[in-house]
Order: sequence, then C-alpha cells, then structure tokens
Amino acid sequence: MDLYEYQGRDLFERHGLPVLAGGVATTPEEARAIAERLGGRVVVKAQVKVGGRGKAGGVKLAEGAEETVARATDILGMDIKGHTVHKVMITVTADVAEEYYFSYLLDRANRTFLCIASVAGGMDIEQVAAETPERVVKAPIDANTGVDEAKAREIVTAAGFPAEIADQVVEVAVKLWQAFVAEDATLVEVNPLATTKDGKLLLLDAKVTLDENAGFRHPDHEALVDQASVDPLEQAAKAKDLNYVKLDGEVGIIGNGAGLVMSTLDVVAYAGERHGGVKPANFLDIGGGASAEVMANGLEIVLSDPSVKSVFVNVFGGITACDAVANGIVQALALLEQRGEKATKPLVVRLDGNNAEAGRAILDGAANPLIQRVDTMDGAAERAAELAAAGV
Amino acid sequence: MAIWLTKDSKVIVQGMTGSEGSKHTRRMLAAGTNVVGGVNPRKAGTTVDFDGTELPVFASVADAMKDTGADVTVIFVPPQFTKAAVVEAIDAGIDLAVVITEGVPVHDTAAFWAYNRAQGERTRIIGPNCPGIASPGASNAGIIPADITGSGRIGLVSKSGTLTYQMMYELRDIGFSTCVGIGGDPIIGTTHIDALAAFEADPETDAIVMIGEIGGDAEERAAEFIKANVTKPVVGYIAGFTAPPGKTMGHAGAIISGSAGTADAKKAALEAVGVKVGKTPTETANLMREIMSGR
Repeated sequence: MDLYEYQGRDLFERHGLPVLAGGVATTPEEARAIAERLGGRVVVKAQVKVGGRGKAGGVKLAEGAEETVARATDILGMDIKGHTVHKVMITVTADVAEEYYFSYLLDRANRTFLCIASVAGGMDIEQVAAETPERVVKAPIDANTGVDEAKAREIVTAAGFPAEIADQVVEVAVKLWQAFVAEDATLVEVNPLATTKDGKLLLLDAKVTLDENAGFRHPDHEALVDQASVDPLEQAAKAKDLNYVKLDGEVGIIGNGAGLVMSTLDVVAYAGERHGGVKPANFLDIGGGASAEVMANGLEIVLSDPSVKSVFVNVFGGITACDAVANGIVQALALLEQRGEKATKPLVVRLDGNNAEAGRAILDGAANPLIQRVDTMDGAAERAAELAAAGV
Repeated sequence: MAIWLTKDSKVIVQGMTGSEGSKHTRRMLAAGTNVVGGVNPRKAGTTVDFDGTELPVFASVADAMKDTGADVTVIFVPPQFTKAAVVEAIDAGIDLAVVITEGVPVHDTAAFWAYNRAQGERTRIIGPNCPGIASPGASNAGIIPADITGSGRIGLVSKSGTLTYQMMYELRDIGFSTCVGIGGDPIIGTTHIDALAAFEADPETDAIVMIGEIGGDAEERAAEFIKANVTKPVVGYIAGFTAPPGKTMGHAGAIISGSAGTADAKKAALEAVGVKVGKTPTETANLMREIMSGR
C-alpha cells in the first residue's frame, strides 16, 4: 500500500524524525484552521499518488490564513494526471540550503534490503544514477543486523555527506531504518532530505510503501487505506474477500489463481484485437479452493459492472474440483434470479483439470441458454470477445 | 532422478495437524510421497491416522529428522509463525524446506533468507507462497495436483500456481521430470536461475519451460544466466502482457532493476538469448512440443 505524503510525514513524525510542522485538510475551512495554528507563511501541497504535481500547479505558497484558504480552494478538486485532489497538506516553510536523497527499500534481485543515498538530491534520482552513478551509494542491509550507528556512519561517509551534518544524517538513518522495520515498510524514500540555512536536517518529502501481508501486526494500517479513491466495485469485492481489480474493457473475467487470471487477461485482449478491440473488464481471482458461494459472489460483482458485455469463466481444477465450480455457476445464476437480479449477459465457461468431465456435464445438464461451454482457453477467449463485441 | 525431490526423499510436514496441512498430507501420501511424520510441539508423541497410514508427530524438526531421517519439510503454518518455522528447519539442517504459506510479511522472508545465507545456504528453501515441487511418479511436496501429468523429460519452473498446472496439463502427453513452483513473492528462496541450473545438470531433463510474471527483473536475470550456462532448450511464457501498470514503485525501485518489469521487457530479454516465448500457454506448450518431437 502506497501512502500519501501526509501519511508518510505523520509516520516519520511518530518515529521521532524531523519533519515540518503541518496538517492535512479536505476543505478550505480545515485549511484555514491549520494555517491559523501554524501562523505565517505556509506551503499548500496537493495530495496525489503521482509525480509532477508541482509542474501541474498543485504546490503553492501562501501568506496567512486568507491566502491559504484561496490556494486550498484552487488545488482541492484539481485534476493531476487523472488523479482528483481530495486533500491538501499544509506545512510551514523551510529555508533550504542543500538537498540530498535517502531511501531504504526492498532489493528483490539480491533478496535483501538496500539503502540508497546521494548528496545529489532534490531532483530526479534516476537521472543522477544514470549520469553520475558515482554520486549514488547503494548499500545492502542485512535484515537481521539492520542499520546501527556504525552501519549508518559507513553509508554517510561513502555517500560523502558534509562533515558538519554527518552526525545528524547518521541519527536520521538509524531512526528511519527503525521506522522501516517497525512499520513493515517496503520503501521509505526521502527526496529531498534537506538542510536549512541554520544547519538543521529535515525530511521534506515522504514516499512510503507498506507491506499489506504484515497487516496482522498493524491493525492501525487499515485506517490508512484511502476509501474515497477505491473503486466501488473493488470495495464490494474486498468486503467479500475477493481479489478484484477493475479495468476498462467489456469482457468480465473470473478465474482461479493470479497467474492464470493474468494469462486470461492477455488471451482475451489478443482475441479482442480480432473483435472490435474489446478488452478485459476486470481481474478477478477466486483463489485455489473456489466454492459455489465464492463463485456466486464473484459472478455477482462482475455482472453488476455495467460495462461488462460478456463473461469468461476460466478455471483449471487443481485442488478445486470442476464439478464444484460448475455447480457454483449454476447455483449462482439461480441465486441471482431469486434476488431479482436475473443475469442477462452471456457466460463462456472453460473447465479443465480435476473432474472436468463431471463439471462440463453439469453445465450441459443445466441447459441455461446464457452458458456457453468452450473447452480450450484460447477458444473460449475468442468466443467471449466475439460475444462482447456483439453486445457493445 | 529429477531435481531436489526424488522417490527416496523422506518428507515431514510442519503444520500437519492443521486443516490445510492435514488435507495436503493426505494428498501427498496418495500421490506416493514418502511422508514420514509431522511437527507440532503441542501434539508431540501422538500419531495421526491418514487413511490407514499412522504418522508420528514430533516436537521439532530436529527430533523428526533424528527419528525418521527426513530430508524434506513442507511448511503449512500460518503467516504469523512462518518465519519461526523456517528458522527451525534451517537450524535442524534439513536439505529442502518447501514453504507453501501465503501472506508472509516480506520482512520475515528477508529475515529467514538472511539467516539461511549466514548459515551458508545449507538448506534449499522453495517459496514462500508457492505450490511446491513435484517429480511426477516419484514424489510430491506441496499442493501441486499429482494426477495432471506423468513423468517425462521436461523440467518446469514457474512463479505461478494454477498457470503451472495449466502448463503441466498442456504437455501431459510428454510428461515432466520435475515441476517447481517457486512462488511470486518479492523475496523467494529458490529462483528461476537456481532451477535452470539444476535442470541443466539433471540427466533426466531434456528441455525446460520457464513461466514468469510481470514485476521485478528475475526473468531478465534468468535470460543472462541462460546465455552463459544453459545448453538445453528453454521455452518461456510470461503472464501479464496486457496488465495495466501496477502499483507505482518508488524511484528507487526502478534504479535497482534497471527495468520497468513489464512482460514485453522480459520477453525481449529472453528472446535475445534464444529462448522461444509463447503468447499464450497453449502456444508455449506447442513450442515445447516441437522441440521435443525433434529429439
């Protein structure tokens, strides 16, 4: 889960790291209250999970409460690269002297954690790394020994931080590592890490990604999920423990196992190229042990999407038995009819693997005109795309 | 002979008395796996009946190894306890630990992997969040269905679960030496490269299917490895060509991988070293069938 900047700032503050005083507002009136509390000159920053907000006009200075209200009014509701601004962060300003870069992250390739530090911060770190790699330090961090003062000093020396701020950077490096571990983060990135003209070190930005698998250790992380920006269908799916992602096409997809569903999206998109450019409408993984009930819940979500014109159910029975899946489909359609939400969109079903013959027989026996059985993945994708194109 | 798991492997199950553990212990036994016991400190000294096979429960992996000569453990414990279970297996010095558990925090995986590395990687870890390893007709450690395919001379390594089963099914006319599901988590104990190296060295494997997914750069690194080290034919499949850009990685992530982690980038890297990459699972299977029929 990627956090907003203000959530990252709050997290850093909780862990004793030096950040600018500030708050977050969803309305101009809330912005006024924060400006009054902070006093003087403030910066109003759009909270969106996309880069380039400064260039888009999403970061403005303001002097006093009235100006803050005006700037917040301008920025709230603004569209930045397709992201609507629902919140602004307001902080006091800093008199910045130098800008550096510092991060901890997961290094998948080396199966460890990594610290990246550079005295060339503030700008595009990828560019710095490409053009002047010697100015970027990458230090592997052992998960079990972590970053103590000695390790931090090693990094700070290697990166060439100026002697007069070295102690402060060491302290920040240790505390930031502690925060990284304590919060089960997979990324904490500070760009810029800045010094002020009076020699104080500050974390001026916060990019934080938290590991959702560690949610059981962090009941407080649930509150960081931004409900306003979650798609309503995704929200409904999550309430039913379904792994669903809304996409922008016309063919509803239901499958078991993330890899197989991803592969199904590809196969449908290829077929769609031959049928008016129809595309997958969603990703829905009903998991390895899909029961009739799970299938019913999944179908309900997918069929409730108005852009769906046909549905492709692609199941390979591994642990799941295909007869159970077939029963699930038939029962789901009956259940929807009972609820007065009779399905009208065609379903193309492909069953293979464990008990596939029995599953296919159940589908045939149900004689439901909405269900079309195709026994290969590519053939079924072709049929589903064709039906979606006809229904558009 | 197969890789890592043979008919002689003696398998124990950590979490055998739990619902998933007992379900899959039964399935592994039915597949002919030599399961010799389970581990649960609270039920040590008891036995569990699996359709007539009485399996002893031990207090620890070390006890189980001492008593049974076990060399493989399959781990089904919940995510909260997975790190401790893997560390216990490493401490006992077992050869192979197959971690099925899904949802393990990556800090825990990083910690047990760093611990294993510090011990000299004496234990091969597969997973977490993986379907396990199967050498058809010989042994099955994990949750891969045993009846999809018989034994043959193709090696399979895959990040995915059901997509692995799909590929096994597509090529069931030829059969497999070993199928390894390495899991799709950000940190995994066994990589594509490890499996490629083992298949290259295995006299019972003639060709290799490699299944990848978007994200990270494991496939790109595997391509480099193939170029330098693999003489057997390799066919590849990558899922996620049409997936929209996923969660934004920080700037820092892109620096490390040097790649966006897209399916196209992975396909290009593999094709550049002579690996044929299929657009769909069926097309990929056909590419492999052509290679095997020419032998």
